[in-house]
Amino acid sequence: MSSHVITVPVGQTEARPWVDQLHEWLATVDHKRLGILYIGSALLFLAVGGVEALIIRIQLMHSHNNFVSAEVFNQMFTMHGTTMIFFVAMPVLFGFANYLVPLMIGARDMAFPRLNAFSFWLSFLGALLLYFSFFGGSGLYGAGSAPDVGWWSYAPLGARAFSPGHSSDYWTLALLVSGFGSIGTAINIIATILCLRCPGMKLNRMPLLVWMNLVMAGMVLLAITPLSAAQIMLLIDRYLGGHFFDTQAGGSAVLWMHFFWIFGHPEVYVLIIPCFAFMSEIIPVFSRKPIFGYPVMVAATVCIAFVSMSVWAHHMFTIGMNSYANSFFTLTTMAVGIPTGIKIFNWIGTMWGGRIQFKTPMLFSIAFLFQFLIAGLTGIMMAASPFDWQLSLSYFVVAHFHYVIVGGILFALFAAFYYWYPKITGRMLSERLGTWHFWLFLIGFHLTFDVMHIPGLLGMPRRIYTYEPGRGWDTLNLIVSIGAFIQAIAILVFLANLIISYFKGDDAGNDPWDAWTLEWSTSSPPPAYNFATVPTVASRRPLWDLKHPEDPDSRYE
Amino acid sequence: MSAVTTTTSFPGPAAEWHLPSRGKVAMAGLIIAESAIFTIFVVAYLFYLGKSITGPTPREVLETPIFYTICLLSSSLTIHLAAKSLERDYTRLFLGFWLLTIALGGLFLYGTAHEWHRLIYEHGLTISTNLFGTTYYSLVGLHAFHVTAGLIMLSLVAIFGLIGHLGVSQSGRIAVLSMYWHFVDAVWVVVFTVVYVLGR
Amino acid sequence: MLPRRTKSSLCSGWQIVLLLFWSCSALWAVASDATPGHGTNVFSPASTPAKSIKDLSVFVLAITGIIFLVVFVLLVYSVVKFRGRALDAGREPAQVYGSTQIELAWTIIPTLIVVVLFLATARVIHAIQDAPEPVGAVEVTVIGHQYWWEFRYPKLGIVTANELHIPVSNPDHPTPTFLQLLSADTDHSFWVPELAGKTDLIPNHPNRMWMDPQSTGVFVGQCAQYCGIQHAKMLLRVSVDGPEDFAAWIQAQHKPAVEDTAVIAGRRVFERNACMNCHAVGGTSADGRFGPDLTHLMSRATIAAGAAQNTSDNLRLWIQNPSAIKPGSLMPAMKLSDADLNAVVSYMETLH
Repeated sequence: MSSHVITVPVGQTEARPWVDQLHEWLATVDHKRLGILYIGSALLFLAVGGVEALIIRIQLMHSHNNFVSAEVFNQMFTMHGTTMIFFVAMPVLFGFANYLVPLMIGARDMAFPRLNAFSFWLSFLGALLLYFSFFGGSGLYGAGSAPDVGWWSYAPLGARAFSPGHSSDYWTLALLVSGFGSIGTAINIIATILCLRCPGMKLNRMPLLVWMNLVMAGMVLLAITPLSAAQIMLLIDRYLGGHFFDTQAGGSAVLWMHFFWIFGHPEVYVLIIPCFAFMSEIIPVFSRKPIFGYPVMVAATVCIAFVSMSVWAHHMFTIGMNSYANSFFTLTTMAVGIPTGIKIFNWIGTMWGGRIQFKTPMLFSIAFLFQFLIAGLTGIMMAASPFDWQLSLSYFVVAHFHYVIVGGILFALFAAFYYWYPKITGRMLSERLGTWHFWLFLIGFHLTFDVMHIPGLLGMPRRIYTYEPGRGWDTLNLIVSIGAFIQAIAILVFLANLIISYFKGDDAGNDPWDAWTLEWSTSSPPPAYNFATVPTVASRRPLWDLKHPEDPDSRYE
Repeated sequence: MSAVTTTTSFPGPAAEWHLPSRGKVAMAGLIIAESAIFTIFVVAYLFYLGKSITGPTPREVLETPIFYTICLLSSSLTIHLAAKSLERDYTRLFLGFWLLTIALGGLFLYGTAHEWHRLIYEHGLTISTNLFGTTYYSLVGLHAFHVTAGLIMLSLVAIFGLIGHLGVSQSGRIAVLSMYWHFVDAVWVVVFTVVYVLGR
Repeated sequence: MLPRRTKSSLCSGWQIVLLLFWSCSALWAVASDATPGHGTNVFSPASTPAKSIKDLSVFVLAITGIIFLVVFVLLVYSVVKFRGRALDAGREPAQVYGSTQIELAWTIIPTLIVVVLFLATARVIHAIQDAPEPVGAVEVTVIGHQYWWEFRYPKLGIVTANELHIPVSNPDHPTPTFLQLLSADTDHSFWVPELAGKTDLIPNHPNRMWMDPQSTGVFVGQCAQYCGIQHAKMLLRVSVDGPEDFAAWIQAQHKPAVEDTAVIAGRRVFERNACMNCHAVGGTSADGRFGPDLTHLMSRATIAAGAAQNTSDNLRLWIQNPSAIKPGSLMPAMKLSDADLNAVVSYMETLH
């Protein structure tokens, strides 16, 4: 088996007028460009959602504070949640999937490039619709008001009677529109993975990132659509006089909860599974070993996908379901922790016996393992439904899910940024700034979200714009708020790193991390066509086989 | 700025490599997603059966649309025959079956419209009357919307066919479109059972 | 190139600091029932449902704590022991792909843990939710409103608002209170952490909960399900009374409103100015149900569902400009003249 290098020289290109370049970006159907657009817009909304969080934290710094009114505060937490889930987390993960999946399977682009572009712009339009509500919402207290019904918009709070004006409608439409975009992207990812793999890449030779995005996309098809259905029903109630959630006409507020959480729970797995994907690519490379237990990692992910569709009502333990229903959802919720926990063991097993390199991607990955473990365990605590009767709707839950989303998802995303930025831009991110970013963010994160569990245990409910003194919540909230500002500074360091390194970073070369999947075989950034010749693969780590012809993986699989 | 692109080619067998058609996979994905949406509307319909506080009940006002159902279900057969004809390059036969499919689908829509007219003007049942009205019009309406979207796509194909731009090389795309049409029919089987059989 | 020792030990050192911090915080939370009055600490239960929850939670915390320690130690060990050294540069470690025995073990053990946890939890679920209502139980119907609590005692014929009085329960002869939970508008949630877990109030979906507080005193809580703009100010006060105090309270509640001729002017203001459209005062023609029952307003320590202390000034402010206390509440600003305002406040202050 010989390897040979094919060099394809590209002719001189002149700098093109900025109008042309802008048009290229706006009209692109190339998966790499669309990936960057997704990631860029997600970073923009990360900043916006972050400011909303800071406003919340300033208001809650001490009891009976007056930084913002109740009205504004309620808009802030609604917009913060909606923005972060739908216009930061989902787009950034779709962005990485878009960029990486075709490269990792040796394909030239996604299966449907125009659908890809359409889906991105739908998603972006949704974000614009949501934020237009600040100007056009015409809520009860004057022109322009953002939705203030919480990101779940529980019935009947979302009904016309309790949410007059249009603020709720902007929320509904924004999510409906971007939901269709998500479904389009999911279909695209599935078709790409099933139909465009390069020769030799059987399903059991795909990188785990590809497997996990396949599972994620499948879940999107089944999880986002119930929300779309519920929102159509809400619009029918609000505009056509329907009674789906109209309790005065015999309708059921609980039905909205079921529909919402049938979306809402699988949604959080949709968010975390691509992050498992990042970990499964990064930890092996920086441990210098293959992932421990590839088949079980795949099986566990599929298992999580199925079981996670059966746990939704653990968000509804307090609504008065009977003891059998509560027991059922307790059982399924605890059960979904098993395949999830197994993955943590597999990642530690990957590190075990390895030669760990503590570059920035690995720092974030190790922190991810620690924090995801804790997040999972607080989840198990709440799975015990009687305990949840105390913890639900309190700051304990807020701490738990931020632990997953920030401590898990965002840390994994940072690892992914540091790992793949060289491939996307051809430059290395600064390790020095990366180290500052890591430690600052780690300190801020733990200060905020470790401490945040305690007010929950001390009886502090969520979604309150102020609280009573004398409940013991003041100092704790102050610490939480300080941590938030430290995290904000860390994010600024990160953004600075992204920008400065683009101009001044070291040249990355094709394969700065000595990694093993196909994207590292092309240039950084890859050419528009990705691969000059279609690769053929014989194992899960094609570049390992090339670099170690004396001991290829193909011998062991 | 010259960019040098380096790629390496990989060892390994480049034996026969067959992957599914992306059109079919994508349509299957769309069908799965749409099934989830319909399922939620069906669940709402079933959940609210018997819970309306006022107004006409299903038993009082619904008439089972047997004829129009037969029309729609037959259109599945005709579209299947059309697709098969195109595969064998019998374009005229294809066109015949295709137009018949559109006619049958159109007839079904007419039937729905007729029924709604009767329900609204003779029985006073609208989407805002009661829970039954809300869930009925939403579910049947969602289905009718999908039939309409399907008919629009079928008509586009018919136009291409009539001006002679359709041949055997398009049979893959026709197969994908007929998957959608079969799905719409399958949904009607479910909706029909839930609304006109179980619901009364 | 210096060996990368510093980073990994910093890494794991930091994790150990965090571990200590967390343990201390958890202990603090568990141990902080040293507050003089009653607080809102889920680990300071004063009633059987809250106690059962706390006992279960200690068991769950113990198990999750052990899991955490085991995995944490493994993680720290692997980070420290298997850190790459400069001497190793260029050599790859043994490429291990997996191990069926190990993977089987770490699947089976968590499964067993889940079974144990589930069985322990299921027992508590049934014990709390399916507890039968004994004959002597006090029954209260709680109706949630935006942004106040209505309390009705159907068997006792009492209607009051925002501050609940229930009898203390002797474990030998329990006299629990069973609450039926309804809502007049949106979703709310009744949460007094030291007495019970929370249960939601959902329109068209009656719920039921119970509590049997074993010490007297005032327990506080608040609405826990976001119900609109003033969700934060829908506070709860539960006064657990000894048997004599409770009987006395019932007696006092049964009396119609105090009729003090000195404040007849104020009463006329009340009746003339649409107050009676929303509020009820027992024994008078005012029987509005939209707002809290004011018959025994002065028996309450707070007004506006805990948003303000029940003082003369606050009453005045609440009637004239509720937005100063609770902007967005459904109490309208009455826009009374100063004379009328003084009169009606004087009237309110006689309603003991």
